[in-house]
Amino acid sequence: MSGFLLSRLSQSIVLLVIVSIIGFTVLNLMPGGPLAQFGLDPGMTQKDVERLAAQLGLNRPLWIQYLDWAWRLLQGDWGHSFRDGSAVLTVIGRHLSATLLLMGTSTALAIAAGTWIGIRGATHRYSLFDYCATVGAMVALSVPTFWFGLVGIYIFTLKLGWVPAGNMYTIGDGSVLDYLHHLILPSLVLSLVHVAIWSRYMRTATLDALSQDFVKTARAKGVSERRILLKHVVGNALLPMITLAGMQLPSILTGALVTETVFTWPGMGRLFLDSLGYSDYPVVMGLLIFSAVLVVLGNLIADIVIAIVDPRIRLA
Amino acid sequence: MTTIVAYAAPTRWWHSRAVHRFLRHHLALAGIAMISLLVLACIVGPYALPYDMLYIDLRARFASPLSGHHYLGTDPLGRDLAARLLMAGRVSLLVGFSAMLLSTLIGTLVGVTAGYRGGWVGAALMRTVDGFLSYPSIFLVLALAATLRPSPAMITVIIAVTSWMETARIVEAEVRSLREREFVQAARMVGLSRSHIMFREVLPNAIGPIIVAASLAVARAILLEAYISFLGYGIQPPLPSWGNMLNGAQQYLASAPWLAIVPGAAITIAVTSFNFIGDGLRDALDVRDDHT
Repeated sequence: MSGFLLSRLSQSIVLLVIVSIIGFTVLNLMPGGPLAQFGLDPGMTQKDVERLAAQLGLNRPLWIQYLDWAWRLLQGDWGHSFRDGSAVLTVIGRHLSATLLLMGTSTALAIAAGTWIGIRGATHRYSLFDYCATVGAMVALSVPTFWFGLVGIYIFTLKLGWVPAGNMYTIGDGSVLDYLHHLILPSLVLSLVHVAIWSRYMRTATLDALSQDFVKTARAKGVSERRILLKHVVGNALLPMITLAGMQLPSILTGALVTETVFTWPGMGRLFLDSLGYSDYPVVMGLLIFSAVLVVLGNLIADIVIAIVDPRIRLA
Repeated sequence: MTTIVAYAAPTRWWHSRAVHRFLRHHLALAGIAMISLLVLACIVGPYALPYDMLYIDLRARFASPLSGHHYLGTDPLGRDLAARLLMAGRVSLLVGFSAMLLSTLIGTLVGVTAGYRGGWVGAALMRTVDGFLSYPSIFLVLALAATLRPSPAMITVIIAVTSWMETARIVEAEVRSLREREFVQAARMVGLSRSHIMFREVLPNAIGPIIVAASLAVARAILLEAYISFLGYGIQPPLPSWGNMLNGAQQYLASAPWLAIVPGAAITIAVTSFNFIGDGLRDALDVRDDHT
């Protein structure tokens, strides 16, 4: 186990180095670099900008700048927001919980619905249900999340008046019920794509498990189909889904950004867009790196969990 | 006596098994039909409609669909929605197609090189692929689009440089398995150059998965363009795209819901069609299905 852990951990560290190089390249792609927005400031002369660049060490060779930048990232110094001067990590921390709440709820919904649809599609293969689920999943993967959100708001808020159109809570209320009420529509919208992906994978995995020898043995012993499904098939089919959950993290984050915009949800995605609008460069860069680190860590955790649950992986 | 079996010259391509299988895939055919109609409408439509997409008419603001000659209604400036939709279709489909071509080109180059060379070159390239895949695509695209000048060509390039990784992975795996096959070894023994073997011998045998990936890449590129244009960082007005037509539609959701519904439906139809076609191609070309 420790050997597996060590090799997986070193892979993640290499990946993080590459991720940071990509991030740093994006940072330096901007015409004028990190000081670009001051170039337009009438209160600053070209001389001022040059002096600031020297002050911030922007005239050093790129690789030294990179090492310096990466070293400060490691120490937790991610720079300060141009907007209010607070530390970037603090700003991100303020918006993290809202995003995690939205992502967690919608992922739970997607796993529950996708697992059920996938298993039913596999046990009733080529039935009307299976066909509808297959086509439905392909259409669901094609609907732009923000459009689905707009249509949802139109129907469930404007026409039926069941749920609020946005925000995380009503000002002055903020009870658990109020949060849940605001959570329903955005989490449903965000989960649509992932129900589709999850159900497809789950169907394949269930079919795979159903064709295994231990299922034949169980059938030969006269175990009921229901018991076979619940005791032998579902557990085995769910294993690869742990890896899938890790792999889906980037697309969940992408969906969250769009969903948060449509529903004015105060999470990381909204923060990213607001910061882009303000040219709040340190926060944009911070969020870019943060989201990638989150993805790398998510995949690492998924791999460790599956290694704990499934001993075959460790030995392989 | 030996009989010489004369094999017929390869029959014409439309007699091949793959084409037969594709033609039996109803969803893929529906996808082709829908895309053809959409492309045709986008090419011919703007000439056939009575309004120009940029003609502002403040007396005709917020006309609902099917009122007068405004078949899909008008927007807050009184511009004809149908004319804008079809013009936007040209932009969105063109960006989607070009981004697909460019990303397939990058992905194939990286994949073939990494798969055939292997060793530290292959490892470095594939770890770069992993690195890019660790970024949620929209964060990377938005950060680039906000700092670079967002012309349609630049948007195409930005989408392509952030979505070539899937193709690279698929091609790399394919080429790695082809590398040790007899025909490649034979080519090596004959003394053909490395680039000749890579691109003339190995690559044609990996074309199936590339085509499938490309058809799905169009769908993704159209979606990505819609996302960033919706958020205001993609195609800039007055040039319409399906995404930027939805930008601002939210505030009129109660009074003019067609502003949001119509362009979104166009995106969904286009993307669904390409996904159907990709699915049909996957079945027809018998590409092993690792993803769904």
